[in-house]
Amino acid sequence: MEGGLKRTPLYEEHLALGARMVPFAGWEMPVQYSGIIEEHHAVRSSAGVFDVCHMSEFRVFGFGAFDFLQSMFTNDLSKISELSSAQYTLMCDEDGGIIDDLIVYHSGDLEYLVIANAGNAATDWDWLQSHAPEGAILCGAGDSAHSPDGGVIEMVNESERTALIAVQGPEALRVIRELAGPDYDEPVRFSLSEAVLDGIPVLLSRTGYTGEDGVEILSHVSHAQRIWRALLSFPEVTPCGLGARDTLRLEMGYPLHGSDIDRGVDPISAGLGWVVPREKRGYIGAGAIARIRENGPASRLTGLTVEGAIPRHGYAVLHDGVEVGKVASGTFSPTLEAGIATAYLPLALSEPGTELTVVVRKKVVRGVVTKMPFVKETSLSAAKA
Amino acid sequence: MNPSDLKYHKEHEWVRTEGDIAVIGISHFAQDQLGEVVYVDMPDAGDTVTADDTFGEIESVKSVSELYSPVSGEIVEVNETLEDSPETVNADPYGDGWMIKVRMTDAAELDALMSAADYESFTNE
Repeated sequence: MEGGLKRTPLYEEHLALGARMVPFAGWEMPVQYSGIIEEHHAVRSSAGVFDVCHMSEFRVFGFGAFDFLQSMFTNDLSKISELSSAQYTLMCDEDGGIIDDLIVYHSGDLEYLVIANAGNAATDWDWLQSHAPEGAILCGAGDSAHSPDGGVIEMVNESERTALIAVQGPEALRVIRELAGPDYDEPVRFSLSEAVLDGIPVLLSRTGYTGEDGVEILSHVSHAQRIWRALLSFPEVTPCGLGARDTLRLEMGYPLHGSDIDRGVDPISAGLGWVVPREKRGYIGAGAIARIRENGPASRLTGLTVEGAIPRHGYAVLHDGVEVGKVASGTFSPTLEAGIATAYLPLALSEPGTELTVVVRKKVVRGVVTKMPFVKETSLSAAKA
Repeated sequence: MNPSDLKYHKEHEWVRTEGDIAVIGISHFAQDQLGEVVYVDMPDAGDTVTADDTFGEIESVKSVSELYSPVSGEIVEVNETLEDSPETVNADPYGDGWMIKVRMTDAAELDALMSAADYESFTNE
């Protein structure tokens, strides 16, 4: 293994497809195959598949599971009381700093499945373990923890045996339908559904990070290659790397932990107040977040459209020649054919249409505050209409 | 792969001479490394360039690279089509993807450049 980097079960597939591999969060991952822009357009117009096996999956089961996770996450788990439903949520520290952004699924009776960022695999696990209120017992793959009411929770790190492959785009669901058997029950948006794809038992999650409709497929790692190849047997499906994943998500204004959000930022400043219900108390960070809400955040994560240059992380954002912020995430939008970026800016400068400038190396270019998502029409916005 | 009638600079630019004019662009290897070109930042006709100094920048989604001039002289023409169609650099790096034309002040500078064969070995290292 090169430089201690981990490899997903699809590593050889990527090499065979001529992918350019790069290190990411301790893994050797494909950044592109045919090209970032080409792959991006393929997802917006047809379908793309992404190897996201590097992400983490944790399963929490037991009578205390609800209370435990309710005390760890900002969003209200009672909103997903219906089995198989899912919600986007945040895990914060006592100061309201964002440790990770996650999706939690009500995967079974007394059971929750959490999918978390690869870059926070160890941090998230350690945080959950250490906050289990009493005597967590480490038993290899399975650990036990106690909830506040003394009930027992089993918390298992499923990451090593779970593969995750995303299929996204206007043709994605049709491809899945063709691969699934006759008893296929298509999941509704933000829910889980069991299925059998090419004879392989999987869990389908109708979620994604691209702004297009589609699914994320959970399977055992031993089946990853077969699922990947089955998906690529469709000519309308294109393999897509982390480069396109980034351009697609930024066009939607979706945050990336480590770029737009991190432990130094609270959900209100990050524009994520919508997953932090006001009435909910009793979770780590609730007090700090309520105070920030009451006083108003000093700055807000704001979208910018930039002409003639690509804004990149760390570039200065100026107003009347004075620096007012720095680019958090920045890239080229293949759909808009312009640079797009996020930056934490003072509230007074965060109105759409506000004219700012961005220092791009030796040049200064115009940046206009833009309400996100940058791209308003996708197969997902069409599905909601 | 690399046209044999051209000379090559270690920073992956090529030169084709037309009398005392040097036509300059980037190699197939360079455009492949960059990926899909999104912006090419170039000087104006009338500007001067110096051998081994930068004359502009080229950007793809994931990277930015400086452009180095293999020769010294005055820029007599700039490929304006690259502003609206930067992807031409990827599609035809040795033809329509040319970047600047320079009236050379010292043709002897060409002797410091690599032949196609030497450049081939250089990029294979």
